[in-house]
Amino acid sequence: MKKSDNHHYLAKTLIFIACIILAIISLFPFVVMLVNATRSTTQIQQHAVSIIPSTYFSNNLKILLGKSFNPAVGFVNSMIISVCATALATYFSTLTAYGLVVYDWRLKRAYFSFIMAVMMIPAQITMIGFYQMVYKIHMTNNLSMLILPAIASPSMVFFMRQYMQPALSLEIVQSARIDGAKEFYIFNKIALPIMKPAIATQAIFSFVSSWNNLFTPLILLTDQKKYTLPIMISLLRGDIYKTEYGAVYLGLSLTALPLIIVYLALSKYIIAGVALGSVKG
Amino acid sequence: MKTKKKNFSYARYGYLFCLPFTIAYLIFSAYPTLYTAIIGFTDLKGIGKTDWHFLERPFDNFVTVLTSPTFQTAFKNTVFLWVSNFIPQLLLALLLAAWFTDRRFKIPGEGVFKVLFYMPNIITAATIAILFNALFGYPMGPVNDLMTRFGLIDQPYNFLVKKNIAKGVVIFIQTWMWYGYTMVILISGILGISPDIFEAAEVDGATGWQTFWHVTLPNIRTILLFTLVTSLIGGLNMFDIPKLFLMGGPDNATLTTGVFIYNQAFSGSYMYNRAAAASMFMFVIICAVSAFLFFILRDKDEAKLQKIVRQQEKEMRRRQKELAKGGKA
Repeated sequence: MKKSDNHHYLAKTLIFIACIILAIISLFPFVVMLVNATRSTTQIQQHAVSIIPSTYFSNNLKILLGKSFNPAVGFVNSMIISVCATALATYFSTLTAYGLVVYDWRLKRAYFSFIMAVMMIPAQITMIGFYQMVYKIHMTNNLSMLILPAIASPSMVFFMRQYMQPALSLEIVQSARIDGAKEFYIFNKIALPIMKPAIATQAIFSFVSSWNNLFTPLILLTDQKKYTLPIMISLLRGDIYKTEYGAVYLGLSLTALPLIIVYLALSKYIIAGVALGSVKG
Repeated sequence: MKTKKKNFSYARYGYLFCLPFTIAYLIFSAYPTLYTAIIGFTDLKGIGKTDWHFLERPFDNFVTVLTSPTFQTAFKNTVFLWVSNFIPQLLLALLLAAWFTDRRFKIPGEGVFKVLFYMPNIITAATIAILFNALFGYPMGPVNDLMTRFGLIDQPYNFLVKKNIAKGVVIFIQTWMWYGYTMVILISGILGISPDIFEAAEVDGATGWQTFWHVTLPNIRTILLFTLVTSLIGGLNMFDIPKLFLMGGPDNATLTTGVFIYNQAFSGSYMYNRAAAASMFMFVIICAVSAFLFFILRDKDEAKLQKIVRQQEKEMRRRQKELAKGGKA
């Protein structure tokens, strides 16, 4: 028994050390980014790695904003798109799932099979046709073209249906009907509240993927006033910031920091959501 | 009143509730898919062009794309980058999942580690691509700084002009961004296994390794497959990191099919038709992969039930035949 305890203790220590190393690797790039955002380009050129923040934050900010980088505009646009797309995606996915769970209609099974079949197909792969369609109707710089497609989110419908099936009892729906409630009223007042946990989980992921999306906005948006944050970030790659290291790190920090803070605040729910989203074996 | 309610058909609400999804899907997914397929057979190119004619030889774009050395490089890179990030990612995730779910000991700070390992996944890929470009900067990027300080290299080294190093960094970024995600999914899969099975293995005196190999792994087969397929589809579309990290360079070393399609359609001579042809090629591959997943994920109980029904029908027919035979004899 004693030997086995020692053995466990050793294994535990080694695993702990391995985890510490991985944690450092996870954090290191972000620490360098945040610290260098406060250091001058000269300091960075002398020693690019430091854990001591410096005092050049406002100086870097001046350089950063002096060029075409405008994170506030990108932030507002990304916020509009992500909030609206998330609201539409969660509401209509729950609605579609409700249609699939509560009612019996002839094409129901075929419809659900179809959703399962297309849920893995990424939008990116048919982007040429999408671009041509949007270009033809002169909507390339219209943010709605980045929002409205969220109404049809097959994988979210799939998730909502799986969650709704055991969670929503048809007896409740039936008794609400007997009380004289209309179908949409039952959905909005009874089904939606029951689905709250699932909606919250899916909302986080929908928001993050919309917020981080680069491909679609990069193709559709040509007007600088409509740029989203990821497009703003891609400008940091350009020649105008070639030698302004401090400003580049600051730009990256400004875009990453809100996400890091929100993530750390919600990490418990996010990680539980990832686990929930995986298919139950 | 009561009879009226009974006869009232709610079926139309089913259609009604699914209508917004259907309309949005037709406009924003089905039509663009069809349109992309059509463009692949046309002469549509040039910035701002929207009018097109079918080609005399309809498969010209497909032939041009598939025989193009650039596309072939891009396709090989895409597969290579995915395979070589998926293997370490899965192994690391499996190892961590096995550690974090081990019943004999609990790692202190487990929750914190999970949060930190998953963190890179949530940060905008565009930010990460440019951050790593800066980290490997020459002559005085942080990596060069660290390596010279620790005496690993005498002089700063221009890492990102070397094709293999560029590929290696992309692989590292992808692994680094995704192993936490895979780990969380595998942990939830392992926690879903009935504890009785583990207890039985313990009673039988199985070692940790034996338990993992013979109990844990077979029981998370479906989840492993799910991870494989979703990662493959994501990998085939890899865009943000290779595009912003080194613009597909050096010398096309990190060019993926996603970046190839983007470059064909939205730079140079705006070859929408060739980009569409390349897209359709990838579309077919992705459809095949997701059809495979669909086959695995379909309702298992239902499949079992249908199998039983079919067997019973078979049995019935067999009996009827026998009866008929018996009747004749």
